[in-house]
Amino acid sequence: MLETGRSRRRMDPQRLLIYGVLLIFALYFLLPLVVMLMTSVKTMDEIRMGNLISLPRHPTMEPWIKAWDYATIGVTNEGIKGFFWNSIRMVVPAVLISTLIGAVNGYVLSKWRFKGSDTFFAMLLLGCFIPFQVILLPMARTLGLLGLAESFWGLVFVHTIYGLAFTTLFFRNYYVAVPDELVKAARIDGAGFFRIFMRIMLPISKPIFMVTIIWQTTQIWNDFLFGVCFSTGETQPVTVALNNLVNTSSSVKEYNVDMAGAIIAALPTLFVYFVAGKYFVRGLTAGAVKG
Amino acid sequence: MKSAERSINRLAVLETALPRIVVAPSFVAMVVFIYGFILWTLYISMTKSSFLPSYDFVGLTNYFKLWRIDRWWVAVRNLLVYGGLFIFGCTLLGLFLAIFLDQKIRIEGALRTIYLYPLALSFVVTGTAWKWILNPGLGIERLVRQWGWSTFTFDWLVTSEMAIYCVVIAAVWQSSGFVMAMFLAGLRGIDDAVIKAAQVDGASLPRIYRKIIIPSLRPVFFSTVIILTHIAIKSFDLVVVLTRGGPGYASDLPATFMYSYAFTRGQLAMGAASAMMMFFMVMAVIVPYLYSELRRKRYA
Repeated sequence: MLETGRSRRRMDPQRLLIYGVLLIFALYFLLPLVVMLMTSVKTMDEIRMGNLISLPRHPTMEPWIKAWDYATIGVTNEGIKGFFWNSIRMVVPAVLISTLIGAVNGYVLSKWRFKGSDTFFAMLLLGCFIPFQVILLPMARTLGLLGLAESFWGLVFVHTIYGLAFTTLFFRNYYVAVPDELVKAARIDGAGFFRIFMRIMLPISKPIFMVTIIWQTTQIWNDFLFGVCFSTGETQPVTVALNNLVNTSSSVKEYNVDMAGAIIAALPTLFVYFVAGKYFVRGLTAGAVKG
Repeated sequence: MKSAERSINRLAVLETALPRIVVAPSFVAMVVFIYGFILWTLYISMTKSSFLPSYDFVGLTNYFKLWRIDRWWVAVRNLLVYGGLFIFGCTLLGLFLAIFLDQKIRIEGALRTIYLYPLALSFVVTGTAWKWILNPGLGIERLVRQWGWSTFTFDWLVTSEMAIYCVVIAAVWQSSGFVMAMFLAGLRGIDDAVIKAAQVDGASLPRIYRKIIIPSLRPVFFSTVIILTHIAIKSFDLVVVLTRGGPGYASDLPATFMYSYAFTRGQLAMGAASAMMMFFMVMAVIVPYLYSELRRKRYA
C-alpha cells in the first residue's frame, strides 16, 4: 500500500530487515510441522540420541504404519485407521445436510423476509456464540432418549444441528448482496419460491457453497468436544482417538508414532487448506465479522 | 369456476406461507436445541443432581458451592491469565505481521499461506505437536543442552505454576494467523489518499502507522478481541491434550472443569452450574458486541 520501498532502490537495508523478519516468522510457524514430520520418520533410538531438529539419519515409515494400522488406542490394537474412517463417515453427511439447509434458510432470511424473520436471525446469530458446554448435558440425555447415544448418527445429528447457525449465517449474508430486483422480476414472471431458488440463486452460489462446505468440513473434522462427550470406543472420531493415543499411560512413550498419528489426523484439513485456502480464509473472516 | 378461484387463492396462501414452512424445522431445532437446552442446563444447575439427574430444586445453592471450590477458582484464574496473554499475544503478533506483510512483499501469498495453516489444524494436533516440543526430557530443553548450555531447564509443562503458559504458547501459535488475516483485510481497506497526504506533509512511516493507520483499525481491534475472548473461554481440546489440566488441576480452565465434573466425576449439577457460568461470561462479551454491530449496520 505504501510506496516508499518501491520508489527507492529495490533492496535497501530497511527492505532487507522486513523480509528477514517475515521469513523468521515463517520459520516459527513452520517449525512445529517440520519437527513433527522429522520425528515421525525417526526410530525411538534415534529420538533418544538426537534432538528436536536433528535430521533423521535412517528415515523409516514404521511409525506411520504403526500409527495407522496397529497402535494401541483405548482397548483396541488396530491403530488410527478405523477412527479416521469414522470421521469421514461423520463429516460427509453432517456437512452436506447442514450446508443445504443453511442455503435454503439463508435464502428465506434474505429474500423472503416475514414478520419475525429478523428476530429469528438475531437469535440464530447469538446461537453461533454459545459455549457448547451449556448444551452438553441435555444433549447427552436427549441422544440417550432417541437411542442415538454413543452412535455414529448421534454425532452427525449434533454436528448438523449446531452447524446450522453458521451455515445459515453464511448464506444469508451472501444472498443479502444479491439485488432484490432479480427476485422481484422473476416473481412477476410467475416464478415461485423454489423455482427462483433453483434458477436464480443456486447458479450464483458456487463461492458461498465452497466457503461453507470448507468451513463446516474443517470445523466438524477438528471437533473434539462433541466427539469426546457423545461417542465411545469404536465410534469415536479421529481427534478423540489421537488424544487417546497421545495420552495413554502405557509404559513407553512412542513420540514417533504420536507424531505420525497427529499428521494423519491433520492431513484432510491441511489438504483442504492448501487446495482451497482462498475460500478457507474467506470463511474465517466472514465468520468473524457477523451481522 | 369458483373452485379454480379457490385453488388459486389457496396457492397464494401457500406461496406466502412457504418461506415460513421451509424455515420452521430450523426454527424449532434452534428453539429446542439451543435455547431450550440452555434453560434445561440452568434447571439442572439448580437441582441436587449428582450421578443421576434429580429434580429436587435447591435454587442457587450450587452456584454458591461452585465459588467455594478451590479448583473452580484455579480454573477462573487460569482463564484470566491464559485469556489475557492469548489475546495480547495474538493481537500483537497478528498486527505486527499484517503491517510487515502490507509493505508490498513479493512473496506475500506464500507467506500468508504459511502464517495461516495452523488454523486448519485441530487443537488436538497442535497440542500433540507442542506437547512433544515442550516436553522436558527430549524437547527444547534437550536441544539447548546439546547446544552446550548444559544446565538449561525448561520444564513448564510439568510445573504447576507454569503449565498454563505452555497452553498460551501453543494457542498463540495456532491463532495469530487469524488476527493477521483480520488486520490485513483492515489495512487493505484504508484509503491510500490519506496516507499519501501525510507523506507529502513529511510524516515518517512509523509515525503514519502510529497516528493514522493503527487508530483507524479500531473496529478491527474490537472484533478481533471479542472473537479471541470467545475462543479463550471455550478453550478445551488444547488443554486436554497438552496438560490434561495438570499437573493435578493446575492448568484447568472452566471448560475442562465442566467436563470433569459433568462427565467423569458424575456431579451433574455442579457441571451444569459451571457451564452456566461459562455461558454468562460469553454472553457478557458477545451481546453488547452483536448489539453494536447490528445497530451500526442499521444506521450505516
